[in-house]
Amino acid sequence: MLLSVENLSKSYPGPEGPVPVLRGVDLQVQAGATLALRGESGSGKSTLLHLVGGLDRADGGRIVIDGQEVTALDDAGRAALRRETIGIIFQQFNLIPSLTVAANIAFQARLAGRHDATRAAELAEALGLTEQLDKYPEQLSGGQQQRVAIARALAARPALVLADEPTGNLDEDTAAVVMDQMLSLVTETGAALMMVTHSPDLAGRLGRQLHLRQGRLA
Amino acid sequence: MTAAGLAALWSHWRRNPLQLFTLVAGLALATALWSGVQALNAQARSSYDAAAAVLGEGRFDQLVPRVGDTIPRDTYLALRESGWLVSPVLEGPLRADDARIRIVGVDIPSVPRWAGSDAQDQRADSPRQDRDAIFAHPGIVDALAGITEYPVIANPDMAPDTAMTDISVAETLLDRPDALTRLVVARVQPLGLPDIATVAPDLVRRAARQSSDIDQLTDSFHLNLTAFGLLSFAVGIFIVHGAIGLAFEQRRAMIRTLRTLGLSLRRIMLLIALELLALAVIAGALGVAMGYALAATLLPDVAATLEGLYGAQVAGVLQLDPAWWLSGLGIALAGAVLAGAGAFWTIARMPILATGARAWAVASGQRRGWQGILAVVLVGLAGFGPVLGGGLLAGFASLACLLLGAALALPLVLDGLLALGERRAQGVRTQWFLADTRQQLPGLRLALMALLLAMAANIGVSTMVSSFRLTFTGFLDQRLFADLYVETDDTAQGAALQRIVADRTRAVLPIQWVDTQVAGQQAEIYGARVAPAYAENWQFIARDGSVWDRVAAGEAAIINEQLARRADLWPGDGVTLSPGRTLPIAGVVGDYGNPIGQVVIGEPLFQRLFPDVAPERFGLVTDDPDGLRAVLETELGLSQGQITDQAALKAFSLDVFERTFTVTAALNVLTLSVAGFAILMSLLTLAAMRVPQLAPAWALGMTRRSLGRLEVLRAVVLAALTLLVALPLGLALAWMLLTVINVEAFGWRLPMYLFPGDYAVLGGLSVLAALLAALWPARRLARTPPSDLLKVFANEG
Repeated sequence: MLLSVENLSKSYPGPEGPVPVLRGVDLQVQAGATLALRGESGSGKSTLLHLVGGLDRADGGRIVIDGQEVTALDDAGRAALRRETIGIIFQQFNLIPSLTVAANIAFQARLAGRHDATRAAELAEALGLTEQLDKYPEQLSGGQQQRVAIARALAARPALVLADEPTGNLDEDTAAVVMDQMLSLVTETGAALMMVTHSPDLAGRLGRQLHLRQGRLA
Repeated sequence: MTAAGLAALWSHWRRNPLQLFTLVAGLALATALWSGVQALNAQARSSYDAAAAVLGEGRFDQLVPRVGDTIPRDTYLALRESGWLVSPVLEGPLRADDARIRIVGVDIPSVPRWAGSDAQDQRADSPRQDRDAIFAHPGIVDALAGITEYPVIANPDMAPDTAMTDISVAETLLDRPDALTRLVVARVQPLGLPDIATVAPDLVRRAARQSSDIDQLTDSFHLNLTAFGLLSFAVGIFIVHGAIGLAFEQRRAMIRTLRTLGLSLRRIMLLIALELLALAVIAGALGVAMGYALAATLLPDVAATLEGLYGAQVAGVLQLDPAWWLSGLGIALAGAVLAGAGAFWTIARMPILATGARAWAVASGQRRGWQGILAVVLVGLAGFGPVLGGGLLAGFASLACLLLGAALALPLVLDGLLALGERRAQGVRTQWFLADTRQQLPGLRLALMALLLAMAANIGVSTMVSSFRLTFTGFLDQRLFADLYVETDDTAQGAALQRIVADRTRAVLPIQWVDTQVAGQQAEIYGARVAPAYAENWQFIARDGSVWDRVAAGEAAIINEQLARRADLWPGDGVTLSPGRTLPIAGVVGDYGNPIGQVVIGEPLFQRLFPDVAPERFGLVTDDPDGLRAVLETELGLSQGQITDQAALKAFSLDVFERTFTVTAALNVLTLSVAGFAILMSLLTLAAMRVPQLAPAWALGMTRRSLGRLEVLRAVVLAALTLLVALPLGLALAWMLLTVINVEAFGWRLPMYLFPGDYAVLGGLSVLAALLAALWPARRLARTPPSDLLKVFANEG
């Protein structure tokens, strides 16, 4: 089992006391599997993704990724997990604006000590970025920026890819193309994918769908 | 991983070279101004130390003649025979080419080991024939070697224009056989010695340090310089703080991304610290080099200032000291830490999932409450500071509180003024302009604070200097009312002069005095031949009745302001001139430029109290100065150098005075320039952030050109509003300098005058600086391609 989530809970402070966002979520993902997380706004999809990615700390419950208990790790341990095991793709791309496309693609792989120039070039070619490698993110369209983010996540050869509305900022046609490329590459690398999306069509292209409603899996 | 992280962080600077330049230049300028001033101070202090090492001044008690400048050798021998451990010194001036050299002759076997000076050690250990050597400051070796057969050895430890040698050599060089000028008293003396007043009644004992009022004065000068250095440094640090804050703000998203990609917060902090360290070292090295250049440029004026004001000699060539380099780098690092601390703290507490890019303005807005409270507390402390504690340091602490408090209050005051304007604005364009200007305040606040400090310092110091100049000019007119000042060779020639000029002058005013102690203070008692000219010219700070009549009758005395303030003596109080002889004080007179206390009594009383003193110097009031000069030269054989006319003396005094403040004026200009630079850099750095704010206005029908013009107008308006705050702040600064700092440092309280014309010029210059600083960013904005403005509205490309 690559990912195991047990009885996960999380609240955020509100004006009238803590507001529960996740209320005892249980979830398991096999290596190489793909999973879509759906739900209304505020249902806790992104929070679950952030907790799995070690970007936030749970109030209760347990998360284990590839044998490591995420919920027991300190800041440095969670950073190491993200660096070496997880690839994250955000809706807002989150590229480093001062680095070129090539440097952005190679960045996480270099942090993880797994940089492979050939692999980076292959990803760039597969995503149609070969002509853009020397450009800076601000010189790219939104679709191109998201492709760079996908290449960056996959270049480090993560076991688990987390994607938070990866096409949410793209028009319909571009979103379809980017999605095709992402799924194809994820399948090719053998990584597991957990993706948050509102779109039933996109969710339908993944192996499994889960619905979050008021902090619980429906 | 570290390399990748560093490369990512560094890439920000590579993409934002202007921001990097601002940071490095700001830190370098701050370091330069600080280290330049420190270099000046260090150089001047090392010169005093060298002088003190050679002369032993200030470290040992000394015996000096009560009258004149010669101690008979018999007096010295009498003291030695009575058991007193004293060592003779003969010193005097020697002309060599154009140089005026101070020759100091000491008696090696008897001199106390006062200084551990190399020259002295070399002499004590050298063979007899080498003891004839003269150890001289390197600057005068050639001149000295040209006029003497004795070997002249360069010694950098010597004070400027000073040479030390054996007393027998000094006697020959100065042509004063068997003469001594002072005796140095060893600290440890045998028990049961007779009283010095019994053995040598003609000598006065000056306690260690008391002979060195100059230390106090030069210290206050250095403190002034240091305060300005610190102020300039603060202005620079405001720039650095702004640059670092902005860089951190812009990198906030990057740092969040780095963390999501697997760099731990601790490592990111470490990398940023390393980056800042590297930048601080580079900027520090640049700053130290610039500081050296600044110090080397200003040193001649500092040397002239100290010599002119206090008679302290400073070498005119700057020497490099490793400690100074290191302290320069240290202050750059400290400045970087100071400026970066807030940003570091913010990053350390920033959650990894901070939503969106929090605007700088919002972050600043949250600080406003605390900033306002701190500003009020600091200004309050400044107000109560002089009341709660005395001393120069307390005065400067109050000044610091005042300036910092006002700087912190500035953004709040400007925001209030702009909000008021916004509420009252009629036109929509004006309303938008004022609202948009308010929005810019957080980004410009540090540059505006720097401008405020620079303007306030400029107003404060120029008010002080101009008040001083006005007072000093009036003082010179009061004091230098005689038409000729004459210095005779001896008292016999002095007596002859009085006979010769009696019928050719309106008044002959002998200048005669004794050094003594009055009310526990070192002081001079002058015997004045009261003439109408005194009553016509002297002005009193405080007086009691007809001052001059009472002084002429020997019934009262006049004292100077220094003595009045230090000993708290005022008209009506009594001043004791000698045991059993106390006179009431009839008047207190301002006495600018003189470090010690003075008492003026009538000549008849002076002669009764000090019958051995006869005048050698005179002021002559005449209708025909040129004719009288010719008479003195022909009939008395006086040289031209012995006769000084009033105009030349005034011109010399004013020249000394003008040079005195050259250094502070230069620092003022530099500080204002640095503030202008801060505005320029802030506007340039903010220019990129302005596009999303201005794009809607452009889309709604304003041209790029008019937007550019409004940017210039905005800088001018902000500078003008800052000037409104700077004016009262600068005047408060001047008031504190004149009434607190000056009294503490010099013992005088100067009247404060206002100079509206000067302030208008300064205001004009400041607004002009802001206008010039805004031109380039505004031009860039006016030329922003429409495609860039359109990007603001495009979510997808």
